[in-house]
Amino acid sequence: MIVFEKPKALTDAVLHYCPGCTHGIIHRLVAEAIDDLGIQGRTIGVASVGCSVMAYNYFDVDMVQAAHGRAPAVATGVKRSDPNNIVFTYQGDGDLAAIGTAETVHSAARGENITVIFVNNAIYGMTGGQMAPTTLPGQVTQTSPYGRDVKTVGYPVKICEMLSQLDGAAYLERVAVNNVKNIKNAKKAIKKAFQNQVEGKGFSLIEVVSTCPTNWGLPPVKALEWLEENMIPYYPLGVYKDKYAEEVK
Amino acid sequence: MAKPIFNKDICKGCGLCVTVCPKGIVALATDEINIKGYHPAGVTDEDKCIGCAFCATMCPDCVITVEK
Amino acid sequence: MSHEKVLMKGNEALAEAAIMAGCHHYFGYPITPQTEVAAYMSKRMPKIDGGVFLQAESEIAAINMVIGVASTGKRVMTSSSSPGISLKSEGLSYLAGCDLPALVVNVQRGGPGLGGIQPSQSDYFHATRGAGHGDFHMIVLAPDSVQEMVSLVFHGFDLAEKYRMTTMILSDGTMGQMMEPVSLDMGEIKQYDKPWALTGTKCERKPNIVNSLYLQPEELEKRNFERYEKYKLIEETEPMFEEYKMEDAEVCIAAFGVAARVSQNAIDEARKQGIKVGMIRPITLWPFPKKAFASAAEKVKSFVSVELSMGQMVEDIELSVRCKRPVLLCNRAGGMIPTTQNVLDKIIEASKL
Repeated sequence: MIVFEKPKALTDAVLHYCPGCTHGIIHRLVAEAIDDLGIQGRTIGVASVGCSVMAYNYFDVDMVQAAHGRAPAVATGVKRSDPNNIVFTYQGDGDLAAIGTAETVHSAARGENITVIFVNNAIYGMTGGQMAPTTLPGQVTQTSPYGRDVKTVGYPVKICEMLSQLDGAAYLERVAVNNVKNIKNAKKAIKKAFQNQVEGKGFSLIEVVSTCPTNWGLPPVKALEWLEENMIPYYPLGVYKDKYAEEVK
Repeated sequence: MAKPIFNKDICKGCGLCVTVCPKGIVALATDEINIKGYHPAGVTDEDKCIGCAFCATMCPDCVITVEK
Repeated sequence: MSHEKVLMKGNEALAEAAIMAGCHHYFGYPITPQTEVAAYMSKRMPKIDGGVFLQAESEIAAINMVIGVASTGKRVMTSSSSPGISLKSEGLSYLAGCDLPALVVNVQRGGPGLGGIQPSQSDYFHATRGAGHGDFHMIVLAPDSVQEMVSLVFHGFDLAEKYRMTTMILSDGTMGQMMEPVSLDMGEIKQYDKPWALTGTKCERKPNIVNSLYLQPEELEKRNFERYEKYKLIEETEPMFEEYKMEDAEVCIAAFGVAARVSQNAIDEARKQGIKVGMIRPITLWPFPKKAFASAAEKVKSFVSVELSMGQMVEDIELSVRCKRPVLLCNRAGGMIPTTQNVLDKIIEASKL
């Protein structure tokens, strides 16, 4: 009996990500959710710009590649074209929380019935490690070589907290993939975000606190430790909004 | 009997699986380099495997299949 | 809709024509002087089964929503005016790179910058040459009446699907605002197979991928060469133009849109004065009707390009006639429209060359 295998909604393509990059785990969790819900044949994914730009090679579903930051707008078009399709975006922090902030906020405000997977690793990975909207105060990056100075460049954007103020957002949860327990929680959250869409509940976003061993300059295992010690205190895990659970209360 | 199967060719030797094995039987090869140029992960003592699939859960590259 | 003619405003006729042509998805953002298109769509779309009108948070979002629908293979459009079209430029480049069909309307106003809100043709270069980054073209159609606005919407969607590319209707504030009797019956709509469309795999086929990223330069070069083969075919087969009194003309006016209407009056006036002048009115600005101008250059002494810009189409005429004949420019800019007298004066000047 097989206890664990690669989900069907992933292709056989070998991931291009760096060793220990948690994108691979998050890809798998998304694919597992698609498998579990039996929606592979009607799922359409929207890849963004960043390290996950080539996500269209990895998900075994129809995919469209969007311009930097525009994935939620493209997803809006795909979803409105045929609401029976299950539409998700897969975006990084630069894409979703900097250049695409308007698209993020307004797709949430509209209660667009899509699922957004937001990978927050506090850095621009694809371009070689520049300061991101989510880079921590004091964090050293290629474009904050003396550490992020909040006096001059301001503070990180906390997406879940920010979007939780919007009536249109249905479900917002921040998870992490730094250990088995958190990965299992992340899986539950991602599955729920897709389930919500199947049930027509509206905008769901899962923020996944993630690593970038290469650009953080840490070995993969150390990067997970750094995540736990630095990222999670600044970006606390948990459900930030669950509109329907609130209504039940 | 649990059996973890490692697709060594696609392993990037990141070692995340090594840290989560409750039995301490997952290790990176020291005497082997795979086609991608990494020391791939594998099990040292398969008999001790309990099939928890923690290693597979942690693996970013879907290297590991677990059978029971 | 019957064969009867109805009196409609240009912008509204354009919107109704799009719906009649099977476009049930519209995304836009308010900007003068095209807002009537959005307002009309907001009234009509909810009455149509599956109809979607969505006012986006920006022009950028609107064009990306267009990309979303286009990637599923359905007819979709957006409209805007010059500054908004600048914002859509990124999306226009992606539409080209992804080989997606879409209809984009630019009801032009004066620029650059925020410019003004009066009619202009100063986005000619943008539409025919520089609609975004990278090597690509859009099919650009320029109506000169409300009726032609309608017929070009139908034709524009057909071309977009036939060639899997963007068609832009290059209109202006005058065309958008004026009222004329129109017939909205344009006959049957041709259906194209879209095996590339994102409809969900139904777990029965390999995934379709809509993408413009090619990291291998050899591959990207190949895609560009293939696309330019398609453009070459379009340049050979799709140019549209209309001639007016060209049979014996010694001076040839070139004008499109509202400039063509003014020019027609000036031509009639000049002929009364015994000047043999005619007009070639490009209807497709890309592909530009080069051959029509090249053959006119064998017969006429000179050309006059009449434009609501600082002189943009004039370059295409010079290129088409290979500088064999002098090409004069009669232009107003910033929202001003050339008067009949402006054009007449230039015709007289050209006739003396």
